[in-house]
Amino acid sequence: MSDDRNKLTVSRRGLMKGSVVAGAALATPTFFTKGAYAATFRNDPTNSPTVTFGFNVPQTGAYADEGADELRAYKLAVKHINGEGDGGMLNTMKPLALEGNGVLGKKVEFVTGDTQTKSDAARASAKRMIEKDGVIMFSGGSSSGVAIAQQSLAQEMGVVFMCGLTHSNDTTGKDKRRYGFRHFFNAYMSGAALGPVLKDEYGTERRAYHLTADYTWGWTQEESIKNTTEALGWETVAAVRTPLGAGDFSQYITPVLNSGADVLILNHYGKDMVNSLTQAVQFGLRDKMVNGKQFEIIVPLYSRLMAQGAGENVKGILGSTNWHWSLQDEGSMAFVKSFGAEYGFPPSQAAHTCYVQTILYANACQMAGSFAPPQTIRALEDFEFDGMGNGPTLYRGADHQCFKKVLVVRGNENPTSQFDLLEVVKEVPAEAVTYDPAIFGGELGPYEVS
Amino acid sequence: MPTTPSFPKLQSELAIMAVFAAAVLTMPLWMAPFGAAYPDLLQKFAIYGIFAIGFNLLFGLTGYLSFGHAAFLGVGSYAAVWSFKLFTMNVLPAVVFGTLVASLFAVLIGFVALRRAGIYFSILTLALAQMSYNMAYSVLTPITNGETGLQLTQNDPRMIDHMFVDRGAGLPSTNLFGLEMSGYPGFYFCAVVLIIAFFISLRIFRSPFGLKLRAIKSNQTRMGYTGFNTRPHLLFAFIISGGFAGLAGSLLAITDPLAGAERMQWTASGEVVLMTILGGAGTLVGPLLGAGLIKYFENIFSAFNDSTLHEIFAFLPDGLESVVVFLVSPFVGEGWHLTLGALFMVIVIFLPGGIMEGLRRLSRLVRRPSAGRADQPQTQEG
Repeated sequence: MSDDRNKLTVSRRGLMKGSVVAGAALATPTFFTKGAYAATFRNDPTNSPTVTFGFNVPQTGAYADEGADELRAYKLAVKHINGEGDGGMLNTMKPLALEGNGVLGKKVEFVTGDTQTKSDAARASAKRMIEKDGVIMFSGGSSSGVAIAQQSLAQEMGVVFMCGLTHSNDTTGKDKRRYGFRHFFNAYMSGAALGPVLKDEYGTERRAYHLTADYTWGWTQEESIKNTTEALGWETVAAVRTPLGAGDFSQYITPVLNSGADVLILNHYGKDMVNSLTQAVQFGLRDKMVNGKQFEIIVPLYSRLMAQGAGENVKGILGSTNWHWSLQDEGSMAFVKSFGAEYGFPPSQAAHTCYVQTILYANACQMAGSFAPPQTIRALEDFEFDGMGNGPTLYRGADHQCFKKVLVVRGNENPTSQFDLLEVVKEVPAEAVTYDPAIFGGELGPYEVS
Repeated sequence: MPTTPSFPKLQSELAIMAVFAAAVLTMPLWMAPFGAAYPDLLQKFAIYGIFAIGFNLLFGLTGYLSFGHAAFLGVGSYAAVWSFKLFTMNVLPAVVFGTLVASLFAVLIGFVALRRAGIYFSILTLALAQMSYNMAYSVLTPITNGETGLQLTQNDPRMIDHMFVDRGAGLPSTNLFGLEMSGYPGFYFCAVVLIIAFFISLRIFRSPFGLKLRAIKSNQTRMGYTGFNTRPHLLFAFIISGGFAGLAGSLLAITDPLAGAERMQWTASGEVVLMTILGGAGTLVGPLLGAGLIKYFENIFSAFNDSTLHEIFAFLPDGLESVVVFLVSPFVGEGWHLTLGALFMVIVIFLPGGIMEGLRRLSRLVRRPSAGRADQPQTQEG
């Protein structure tokens, strides 16, 4: 009896010891193989006449409109890189390494995927691109949660991810990655740009009520806007979280009426913003006088596509945006012209950022003279460029965030066309929205991954 | 154990398992012509195969249609990611932890939901799963990280790992004693688990317990009148089924260490119902076929765009090619749901037994070509 028990304990201990030893033995080779990375990298296109980019955008869900426009921009960027069409921003970008014959002499091809605005689906689709289609870079956006999920996948797989539209501070803050880059502005910059305008327009004694999309972007935007408005002297009455893609916001808007707030801040984007804004206006919020002041609505992150969706309701509403097609600089005009010629209408800010990101990546490969991610990443870090629609821009190496002008816009009271929905109130210079990368924490991680 | 003549011998089971294992393990080879031979999709085939097998143990055998099975999948994923965060990047504890937590969760939900049968049971499970989903998005965000999804971070405790090795520069990857669980090793790991899961399912199908479950399906009231208490058996089946879903969830986290609440959404629960019915509920292999088909559609069909179509139909004359591409394009790309829906309707209307019934009819046609169409009504297994 006791013998049996003895046997059992010995064998169990033996098993545990054995498995630890086996684990250590199996792990050993990985320490030695890591150094071999520089020579080879995933999906090395050296022996192929073409390189493949992957464009992973939401084709269904709350951000589908944005996704469709992003895809148009990606296709246009590939055309221009390959030397087809009128060249768009390749004519205005400075400094430019691309020669209009693809990247490093290789023609660019692309594959597409649907993120469904879900992290899981986005990563599955990205993995398909990386494992099956052999993409050297992938890009896409519209939800920060999805962008962050793909960015960490990029780091794991060792393939560069160029973020499309993502506005959360976390993307280049606490969740930043060496293999992820963002051209788009972020919530902090929105707050910094909007602050002075809000003070001029609405004064310093306001009571704000936030409705916030309940995920990383909403949280950070709420935080940034709150910091800005509270610094102005505004009071925050409440900040209510709403699920992404809720559709019906009436249950969230009714309490606003009785809260004593005189400003409603909608931290919503895409179809969510279209729905919440439309419902807020239908509930008569904007016709009310509260605390002796006109009730106002603010949409910190604006886009022309959303304005189109919300129609009449956006008139007079303030917000910020990364770029707008009515800008009169050389780069913007070149881009609007070639996009318009291709598709018959002006591009959205989502299209702009995706287009620019694709060109920037291709240009970085050309500058580095290699597709190896560590070299490309180093070429992009602290890269300074101009002629891409936002004035002189810096791709900061410390957090992979671009610093450039931010636009404060207002819903146009008298639109002259169905696209002329936003008027630019102010172009806030880059210095006014620049911040110390340390405030958001996070770590980029290594250049070389196994 | 009582043996009745209808229970086949061990040899036949071994033969089934050998064929099955060979088919699963050689998937990277025979999937290549379909453009599906890449690790991520193969992993999904295996993982959702396990999910569907588990669902079929409940629905196929007892006839209880759970509309909330994705909740267990999600719970398994979260548990596995927490195991990575708290203890070790080794996958075995994650598998055990994920399965266990999902099973416990199944005890809770099963205890409540199994008080009712039929449509009421379905609605109860649906409601409870949707409740879990909404909780994952709201009050449970400290555990689930909400919409952003639960991810690994640099400063997770990982207590067991850090006793042996120092923190590296980047995020660690999931491993089986040093063997990284991404790419093909990850697939083979999932494949082995799938084979084990299939064997368990096979044993349950052919055991007296399985027979009792089928008896519950055919007439629960009569079972009750014969003095047989069905509730414990149902609960046990429900727990096993939930455990399988948790296992699948933990495998999802192993091949990609991120867990999002959308895994628990009702659409995900609906998907496994589709898989099982599409393949053939109550059959052993059917749910696997259904899972494979749906994942194939989701990953491959959804990526087709006009240029791929033009390539496929390039052999046609120019004018005709454009017409064909125009006609086909609404059904691929974003339209893959449409194709799936149409296929589902066709199968439910003409082949109520799913793909398996189709295969059976085909094999009968081949064997007796003359008797072909004038066959007697189908007898369905289960």
